[in-house]
Amino acid sequence: MDLSSTQSAPLASVEAIIEGLAGVGYIASRRIATALYMAAHLQKPILVEGVAGVGKTELALCAAALLNLPLIRLQCYEGLDESRALYEWKYGKQLLYTQILRDHMGPALVDAPDLASAMARLHGTGDLFFSEPFLEPRPLLQAIRAPGGAVLLIDEIDKSDEAFEAFLLEILSAFQVSIPEIGVVKAVIPPMVFLTSNNVRDLGDALKRRCLHLHIPLPDQKLEERIVAARVPAIEARLRSQLVAFVQSLRGLDLRKLPSISETVDWARALVLLHARSLDPVLVRETLNVLLKFEQDIAAVEPRVGEFLAQPPPPA
Amino acid sequence: MHRTLEDFVRALRANEVQVSPAEAIDAHRAVAAVGFAERTLLKDALAVTLAKNAEEVTRFDACFETFFTRSSLARGSTGQASAGDADLETMILSGDQAALAEAIEAAAGRAGAGEIQLPTQRGPIARRVLDEMGLRALESRIQALREVGSRAEAERLAEGRAALFRDAQTFVERQASLYAGQTGRRLREEILGRQALSSIGEEDIAAMHALVRRMAKRLAQRYARRRHRARVGKLDVRHTVRRSLASDGVPFNLAWKSKTIEKPQIVVVCDVSRSVAAAAQFLLLLLYSLKEVVERLDAFAFSDRLVGVNDLLDDETVEVAIALILARIGYRPTDYGRALEDLFDHHGPRLDRRTTVIILGDGRSNYADPRLDLMRRLSEQTRSVIWLNPEPQTYWGQGDSKMDTYARFCRVAKTCATLVELERIIDEVLRTHLPR
Repeated sequence: MDLSSTQSAPLASVEAIIEGLAGVGYIASRRIATALYMAAHLQKPILVEGVAGVGKTELALCAAALLNLPLIRLQCYEGLDESRALYEWKYGKQLLYTQILRDHMGPALVDAPDLASAMARLHGTGDLFFSEPFLEPRPLLQAIRAPGGAVLLIDEIDKSDEAFEAFLLEILSAFQVSIPEIGVVKAVIPPMVFLTSNNVRDLGDALKRRCLHLHIPLPDQKLEERIVAARVPAIEARLRSQLVAFVQSLRGLDLRKLPSISETVDWARALVLLHARSLDPVLVRETLNVLLKFEQDIAAVEPRVGEFLAQPPPPA
Repeated sequence: MHRTLEDFVRALRANEVQVSPAEAIDAHRAVAAVGFAERTLLKDALAVTLAKNAEEVTRFDACFETFFTRSSLARGSTGQASAGDADLETMILSGDQAALAEAIEAAAGRAGAGEIQLPTQRGPIARRVLDEMGLRALESRIQALREVGSRAEAERLAEGRAALFRDAQTFVERQASLYAGQTGRRLREEILGRQALSSIGEEDIAAMHALVRRMAKRLAQRYARRRHRARVGKLDVRHTVRRSLASDGVPFNLAWKSKTIEKPQIVVVCDVSRSVAAAAQFLLLLLYSLKEVVERLDAFAFSDRLVGVNDLLDDETVEVAIALILARIGYRPTDYGRALEDLFDHHGPRLDRRTTVIILGDGRSNYADPRLDLMRRLSEQTRSVIWLNPEPQTYWGQGDSKMDTYARFCRVAKTCATLVELERIIDEVLRTHLPR
């Protein structure tokens, strides 16, 4: 409960979270805020799912900004292993030191009467090369050892291997890691953990069980307008509701990649740069490639642009 | 309120939201943190702790709405002291709806409405709930009033009784949708899974498709797990020593051994002829699901001639693809010899030691030349030949079946007549007979 009591007026209530996130530019739905609230109170990681560009990673970034904690990010990929994620021994440094120490080894051992005592003397120096100075902490260890707590973002966990997922379990449930040469490192202040997933593969039940689950759907008209307003303040209200309505109607189509929030925001930025005041078919056709990422999708939408624009924008 | 939460968890489980005991404990902790006072907060808090994927979230929301209707919350807030004690007649006459609702719930608890298993139990349980509430007493009272002649009061009671019937029924409906909504479907699916593929009727085909798709997904997951071999490197001493020459023999740059994974090649040949007509649908379904599971798979279908169906399976949805394939070459007399010839003609050069051939068919060749020579060549040339036959083994070799002879050239020849068997065998095949 440290998180909630000590440093987190921002996490005191769901309303406070919504407000706080809005302050750092993230318009959160109630469910998102509740997930954050629960994560702080139950001290569990949040697994965030949703289509690409819906604001999963952004949520972690904004949470870090809100809590004023460092964000430590671990990007997952196939073949990611412990040495990249947790810690590594600085092999080069170890080697360099052995080379330097080699010359001092002879004088130190020269007065040893026999081999056994020379060995004993060497053992006395202990695990010199497997100690703190030779340890290279990777994101997970960094997050656990962060003195004032941290926000840990494990991005695209579904891209990593099964084995890595299993390896995460200890960290996620107990906020500790075991390093054989040093011992168990336990977090003083458990980091707030976000895992994001695009559903490339289904995650294991064990992992899911340890996490709170948050699914971020594509937003409705009202929410999306607020998001655009927060992200692109320069845009005029009329254009904003028009463009959001257009994107919303695109989402009803059977496209290969539906435009998500990030595309809407990009498009809004592009239109602002073009000094557009309202949408017209020509402008839309020219900038459609910002919104749609596949040739087939653009080809499918282009002839129907007029039709989508003709729909009256819903009352704001 | 713990009881309510337990019931809710049970309802969730019945609605296919998996809740483990540990998650149930989390739910209790969540409720302890947010309380029951605010409905949306409670809903969101429970949703993030209990629902673990997008579909479960949808089911959770629906279940929550049904479960926490006004009445069950009312019970929590008012306490149960007033309910149950009051007489049914007084409640009806005073028009105390809240008390009636509470009485229904209390009676339902005694009648075991929460333990409802099947939708068909709704009627009897509603009746039992009414009995528990003292319906008999009410009825005799109405009777007595009518005999005495106070018509007006009797009518009011009778009206109240009718309303009570409706209320009890709705209540039990709700319980059924909470606790038994899915059992009927699940039961049906279980039966379908065990039914012979060739005897599945038109009306069940949609359900079968859903089943097969789920099976394909399960297989894909299991199999994908195995395909990723851990690539934990071993030190490549030769390379390391060689690199170390640059730093005076001190191995600063390490080289690691890496393992290249040999991708399996699978060729699936599916019989869609008249003799397997009924099962052909599902063999094709299986082909389709295999195609999703295994990345590099060449699919063929044949009756008298053999055609490649890769493109069809890639581009179309499963229903369309199956219909198209059946329209193009389905339901004609089989000729296994011809099909084998075609296979070698189209695909000959690619049938090598790395290829696994899976044949789905009944081995009935209409007394045409079975071309055992080609079958022998196939088994010698490829890694293994696996034959899955919808007919039981006792039929092999009967009539025009050449299965017993073909079986000699197969690494595995098995019967698979039902979906459950199919899944087991495919799983086994993927696990043991494919190169990894």
